[in-house]
Amino acid sequence: MPAIKEYQTVAEISGPLMLVEMVDEAKYGHIVDIELGDGSIRHGQILQVENDKVLIQVFEGTRGIDVTKSTVRFLAKPLELAVSPDILGRVFNGLGEPKDNGPAIIPEKRLDINSKPINPYARNYPNEFIQTGISSIDGLNPLVRGQKLPIFSGAGLPHDQITAQIARQATILGEGEEFAVVFAAMGITFEAAQFFIDDLHQTGAIERAVMFVNLANDPAIERIATPRFALTAAEYLAFELDMHVLVILNDMTNYCEALREISAARKEVPGRRGYPGYLYTDLATVYERAGRIKEKKGSITMVPVLTMPEDDKTHPVPDLTGYITEGQIILSRPLHRKAVSPPVDVLPSLSRLKDKGIGEGKTREDHADLYNQLYAAYARGKECQELATIMGEAALSEEDKKYMTFANKFEARYVSQDYYENRSVETTLDLGWELLSMFENAELKRIDVKLIEKYMPKFRKKEREA
Amino acid sequence: MSETKQGRIVKVAGPVVVAEGMAGARMYDVVRVSELNIIGEIVELHGDLASIQVYEETTGIGPGEPVVDTEAPLSVELGPGLIESIYDGIQRPLNSLVELEGEFMSRGSALPGINREKKWHFIPTVADGTKVGPGDIIGKIQETTLVEHKIMVPFGVEGTLQRISEGDYTVVETIGVVVADDRTETELKLMQEWPVRNPRQTIKRLAPNQVLVTGQRVIDTFFPIAKGGTACVPGPFGTGKTVVQHQLAKWVDADIVVYVGCGERGNEMTDVLTEFPELKDPRSGEPLMRRSVLIANTSNMPVAAREASVYTGITIAEYFRDMGYVVALMADSTSRWAEAMREISTRLEEMPAEEGYPAYLAARIAAFYERAGRAKCCGSPEREGALSIIGAVSPPGGDLSDSVVQATLHVVKVFWSLKGELAYQRHFPAIDWLTSYSFYKQYLRECFEDKDQGLEMEELTTQAMSLLEQEAELLEIVRLVGAEALSPQDRLALETSRSIREDFLHQNAFHEVDTYTSMDKQYEMLKTILHFHKQALAAIETGVETAEIFKLPVREEIARAKYIPHEFVTKVAKIRDTIDEHIKQLHPSGVS
Ligand SMILES: Nc1ncnc2c1ncn2[C@@H]1O[C@H](COP(=O)(O)OP(=O)(O)O)[C@@H](O)[C@H]1O
Ligand SMILES: [Mg+2]
Repeated sequence: MPAIKEYQTVAEISGPLMLVEMVDEAKYGHIVDIELGDGSIRHGQILQVENDKVLIQVFEGTRGIDVTKSTVRFLAKPLELAVSPDILGRVFNGLGEPKDNGPAIIPEKRLDINSKPINPYARNYPNEFIQTGISSIDGLNPLVRGQKLPIFSGAGLPHDQITAQIARQATILGEGEEFAVVFAAMGITFEAAQFFIDDLHQTGAIERAVMFVNLANDPAIERIATPRFALTAAEYLAFELDMHVLVILNDMTNYCEALREISAARKEVPGRRGYPGYLYTDLATVYERAGRIKEKKGSITMVPVLTMPEDDKTHPVPDLTGYITEGQIILSRPLHRKAVSPPVDVLPSLSRLKDKGIGEGKTREDHADLYNQLYAAYARGKECQELATIMGEAALSEEDKKYMTFANKFEARYVSQDYYENRSVETTLDLGWELLSMFENAELKRIDVKLIEKYMPKFRKKEREA
Repeated sequence: MSETKQGRIVKVAGPVVVAEGMAGARMYDVVRVSELNIIGEIVELHGDLASIQVYEETTGIGPGEPVVDTEAPLSVELGPGLIESIYDGIQRPLNSLVELEGEFMSRGSALPGINREKKWHFIPTVADGTKVGPGDIIGKIQETTLVEHKIMVPFGVEGTLQRISEGDYTVVETIGVVVADDRTETELKLMQEWPVRNPRQTIKRLAPNQVLVTGQRVIDTFFPIAKGGTACVPGPFGTGKTVVQHQLAKWVDADIVVYVGCGERGNEMTDVLTEFPELKDPRSGEPLMRRSVLIANTSNMPVAAREASVYTGITIAEYFRDMGYVVALMADSTSRWAEAMREISTRLEEMPAEEGYPAYLAARIAAFYERAGRAKCCGSPEREGALSIIGAVSPPGGDLSDSVVQATLHVVKVFWSLKGELAYQRHFPAIDWLTSYSFYKQYLRECFEDKDQGLEMEELTTQAMSLLEQEAELLEIVRLVGAEALSPQDRLALETSRSIREDFLHQNAFHEVDTYTSMDKQYEMLKTILHFHKQALAAIETGVETAEIFKLPVREEIARAKYIPHEFVTKVAKIRDTIDEHIKQLHPSGVS
């Protein structure tokens, strides 16, 4: 163990950064403790070392730090999380310290929160369908175990209800085992965090949950570390304790803002909208920690939540996230206004890993053809809806009207469902057939004729009876 | 290695390290950084200060630690054993690394790119006493069932061949020697090295003039790529860049495929790794993996190695081109490569140009695509090789005015523009037919043995494209004044265009049959759709209602033609007879 060295040579403080001089043996990425004049302790991490000058980001912010009275201790190690099976059921702050008045964790080991990248050759392709009980996800954008599937939301949209519903209902068909939940809150309100935690309490899932909570009024820079603490806990649970872990990161936009603040303080050349040019790489080191690994039983499934500033999905945070994650579930304000809930904007939503997670033996043989057809019909119906708002319904042809009716029904019955309604995947698939039964077989060009013959008669009969 | 230059770190800032005491070091020399033996490359020299881009995470490294110059540029190893490999950006074999160090990537690993133990059966193709020079093929190895690996005399070696013999060799054993005029001997091995940042030489560049068939209808028919040609696929996230790249890697009519996953998802590489050994090459019936080399430097792997990954890939691709093969390289995504350049450049505190990218961005992109081409290869026997590059581009927000897109469009000859709106409607491949282009379109007709058929295909594609253009105009009119304003002919044009879009251009990569369409079947499908158009137009002229025509059951047959396996391609042609029959039964309105 290298000796811990102390310095009182703080030369400069600016924004969240601090420059310490005449330091020897500082290492890039290592952490420091800063003892203030009043004896209180803050935490920092080394961003750059040049000769004997060390640049440090202070997680709790620099307010009140005194250049002359502060002592900086170089701890000669990276940021670490102490882990043991006892972390389950516990609540930590954004820097991984217990926050629930419970006992300190007696560490089985300490893990570097910047874990090493998974060797792509060691990955196992995610292909096990997770039933969330939500039709717009299960039927159209299925989630699979080991996937990272974010929710792109906006201020005031019900992403908290959806994440809670997913955490409550997610199951693997035919398996009794339940998910462990790791929840990282970054700069969200007390109310939003409490809503989620209460829900876990109600279902008893809290016993299998680990929480890292940085609220809106907690130090902003801390948020850079919070998802990494959460993922370190998740990796420990998944790859050492063989658990299937669902990680919820809420809200990644706040995380990115913290990164932007550091970047601005370092006077780096800003990229789009002031975010640093390395935002993509940085986000990738968070998101790519989801997955499955060959020879390991556990897995990490990730649902990051982000709020799109001005509902703009080309904003750098959703944009770069979408470039890294394996799809996205997008919430729509117009649908929310139309009281479609959950207001999932089906067309631009996507699950990239669905293809190998569905079908015979996984969900049902008709699943792929069915969603292709539902998409095609809804896309056309949506166009007709728009045409009708511009030109009035009278301008639509009979055929267009039919597609518009379909789109309306689809939104009201398929997309809409109660936050406590847990639909089985069969129910979701059947609902799809039922809605499509308003078309002639010949119009269902995306569905294999054999499947139409097998499934459709049941629903046609139903319709005739009705 | 001899006791070489050793410097000392003075600064660490992310992936860039600065060392002092490096006087005499050369630009682009590879260095070893700190006790961890991490690999880096010199990217800037100032007096005795060297700035180094480091190929691994630098946490825990600090001033005072050593930097050792290896005095060699970043190179790849070339020889048997490349095929079926999966490497990181600096050619470390990822499969062997898992065995050695486990599932997570450790730092300072130093495994050679090519296995040293494996023996290969070498068969000489020239005899002792032959005068040989650079690029001459002296023997062969059956590397996989699909690849005959030609062993070539390395550049810089010339003289008389001696002691060459058939046998089983590792890549480092001597298979023969070349005696130069001055009597100096050079031992020949199965393996050679090449610095990745230098293009491998050829004798002469030739114009790419043959279509590289991909089995993707919208590409082959409307926007074909050539053997030795260059293409780019820009588009916002989720529009199908990676699926296009994967589809090409699977079905392209090339001898060798090099796939570079540059700063993208880990699972996409896993996908390739699990699928390719299973999928069969439609021409040979052999597993596709047996002609593939994979480079995977995913987004969470070190950013400097990402910068190097495209060079590692292209050098390996050039090496196979030099054997006289048709090689296709896919790089997904070149934007991540450009961003890696930008990250390094920012740390070097270089003056940024647009969007923070370094001023040399466009030059680097151009130089990379210039390494594609059809060429007369060095050495004997005389031969031609071709290397195509297909680069995905991921512009922020899908905005095509992005620097990387613009720099790429300056040099590539094919542009497949992916559109968000098409992807949201699940029209895949979401290649926008109105804005995409190909400079190789003129060679399409030569894909067909029958000259007339080639010419006809050319006419069909022209007609189909003009219908699609007409559709765009008609839809504009509908949006302004409603559908009533359209004449029956216009309505038919709309329906035929819909059929071209849905029944021909739309192609499901995940459907067993639809994933690949032979050139013949593409011709039959398009001909059938346009045959319907022609017959329907004639019927309209005689006064038949369009509604009657659109209701014809044969239209469903046209729509399902894509699912007819290639063996039954004549069935597609037969649909035209059914069309004739059905249309014949229609009568002008008012007549029964
Ligand atoms: N040819 C295709 N057939 C069927 N689905 C496709 C096709 N191309 C793209 N997709 C769908 O679109 C998704 C996103 O495609 P991808 O290539 O990963 O996008 P990008 O690389 O542009 O982000 C895929 O997961 C798949 O579901
Ligand atoms: Mg992609």
